[in-house]
Amino acid sequence: MKKIEAIIRPGKLDNVKDALGNQGVNGLTVTQVIGCGKQKGNTQIYRGAEYIIHLIPKVKIEIVVLDQYVDKVIQIIKKEARTGEIGDGKIFVTAVENAYTIRTGDNGEKAL
Amino acid sequence: MDTGDTSFIMISTAVVFLMTPGLALFYGGMVRKKNVLSTLMHSWIVLGIMSLQWILVGYTLAFGTDFHGLIGGLDWLGLNGVGMEPNLDYAATIPALSFMAFQMMFAIITPALISGSIAERMHFPAFIVFIILWATFVYDPLAHWVWGVGGFLRTLGALDFAGGNVVHISSGYSALIAALVLGKRKGLGKDSMAPHHIPMTVLGAGLLWFGWFGFNAGSALGANGLAAMAFVNTNTAAAAAAIAWAVVERVHRGKSTILGAASGAVAGLVAITPGAGFVTPLSSIVIGLVGGTVCYLAISVFKAKFGYDDALDAFGCHGIGGTWGALATGIFATTTINPAGADGLFYGNTSLLGIQAMSVGITIVFTVIATFIILKAIALVMKLRVNEEQESIGLDLSLHGETAYSEFV
Repeated sequence: MKKIEAIIRPGKLDNVKDALGNQGVNGLTVTQVIGCGKQKGNTQIYRGAEYIIHLIPKVKIEIVVLDQYVDKVIQIIKKEARTGEIGDGKIFVTAVENAYTIRTGDNGEKAL
Repeated sequence: MDTGDTSFIMISTAVVFLMTPGLALFYGGMVRKKNVLSTLMHSWIVLGIMSLQWILVGYTLAFGTDFHGLIGGLDWLGLNGVGMEPNLDYAATIPALSFMAFQMMFAIITPALISGSIAERMHFPAFIVFIILWATFVYDPLAHWVWGVGGFLRTLGALDFAGGNVVHISSGYSALIAALVLGKRKGLGKDSMAPHHIPMTVLGAGLLWFGWFGFNAGSALGANGLAAMAFVNTNTAAAAAAIAWAVVERVHRGKSTILGAASGAVAGLVAITPGAGFVTPLSSIVIGLVGGTVCYLAISVFKAKFGYDDALDAFGCHGIGGTWGALATGIFATTTINPAGADGLFYGNTSLLGIQAMSVGITIVFTVIATFIILKAIALVMKLRVNEEQESIGLDLSLHGETAYSEFV
C-alpha cells in the first residue's frame, strides 16, 4: 500500500478528482494548504502597507492505493494537474503500513 | 413642537446609532482573525458605557447652563429637567429628550472611533476606564465649547455643523496620542497584519455612509431644506472622496482596492461633517476630492514614514480628514446656504478661515494634552497594554475567552 500526496493548483482539483473517479479511485482526502516552491509570490497592499506573500494557496490530495495502482494514479494526476507553468505542484509517494475501514473493521488490502 | 421635525430627528437618532455597530464591523474586518472579537467589543462596550454616561453626566456637562464658556452645569444631572417639552435653546421644535438622544449617538461614536488606533494590543479594563475619563473630560467640555450655548468656540464664531471638531478632530488626534503611548504592535513590519475579512469592513463602511445621512442631515435638527442640503452634501463628498482614493491609489500603487475605495468614502464623509450645512454641493465635490487624497497620503505615505502604529487609521482618517474639513468650511461656507453660518474665504470673507484654524488648533492642543494625561494616569494604576504572550495568542482568546470562527466543526 502506498500513500500518494499530490500538491496541485486549486483550480485543477475538479479535473483530477473526476479523472480519478473514472478510473475507480473514489477515496481521497483534500486539504487546503499554502506553500512555496519556485513560484514567486504576489504583492498585496492594504491601505499603503505592502505585503509580499511568498506562500501561495494550493490543494493537497492524499490517496492510499495498492502498489499496483500507484503508477496509474500518478499518471492521471500529472496529466490533469499540469499547465506547464511554474507552480503546477509536486507528488510524493510514501509506504503505508496498514489501513482499516472503521465501519466494517476490514484491514489491509481489503480496506482500500 | 413639530411632529415632522420630531419624527425626523428620532429616525436620524436611530440611524446614527447604527453607525457604532457599523464602525465595529468596519474596524473588525481590518484586524487579524485572532483579534476581531476584541475589536467588536471595543465599540460594543462603548455603546453600553456611553449610553449611561451621557444620561447621567455627559449631556448636562455638554449642554447644561454655561460656566465661563468652558463647561455646562449640572442642572440636568441624570436627565433631571430633560423632558418631553422642547428646550428652546437647542432644537425648539422637538422634545428635549429627542435632542438629548440625538446628541447621545454622537457622544457614543466619538470615543469608539479612538479604538481604531489601539486595536490588537490594549488591555480591556484600561480601555473601559479610558473611555469613561475621555468622554467626561474631553468630549463633554469640547462639545460644550463648540455647540453649547455660551461655549467659547461657538461664541468665537467657529462653525461645526455636525462634529468635525467635536467628533473627528478630537478622536483623531487622541487616537494618535494613544497609538504613541501604547506603542507599536509586536511584529509590525515583519509579520502580516493584513485585514482578515475585507467584506466585513465594506459592510461596515456601507453602514457608516448610510448612518452619516442621519449624522449630517439630522444635525439640521429639523425636517427642512437645510437637512436636505446637508444630505446632498454628505453623499457628494463621500462619492468624490471614494473616487479620489481609487484614482490616487491606482496612480501610486498600480491598483485600486476595495479597501481603499471604502476608506476613501469614509474620509470624504469625515471631511464634509463640519461643513455639511454650510456649503454647496459643488464645494462638496472639492471637499471630498481633497479629503480622500489627503487622507490617502496621511495613511499610505506619512504613517510609514513617521512610524506610529495607528492600527486602523483613526488619526489618518478622522484627525486629518476632520482638520481639512474644518478648514474647508472656512473656505467654502456661504450664508446663501445657511444664514446662521458665515461666509468663507471663497465668498470674500477672510476671517472665518482664521477662526476655523484657531478652533482646530485649540481642539488639537486640548485633546492631545488631555488624552496624554488620562492615559498616563490610568497607567499608574493598571496596565494599558497586554503582555507579549496575550498579544501573540490574540486578544479574543486571552482577554475575552472566545474565538470568532470555529476552525474545526
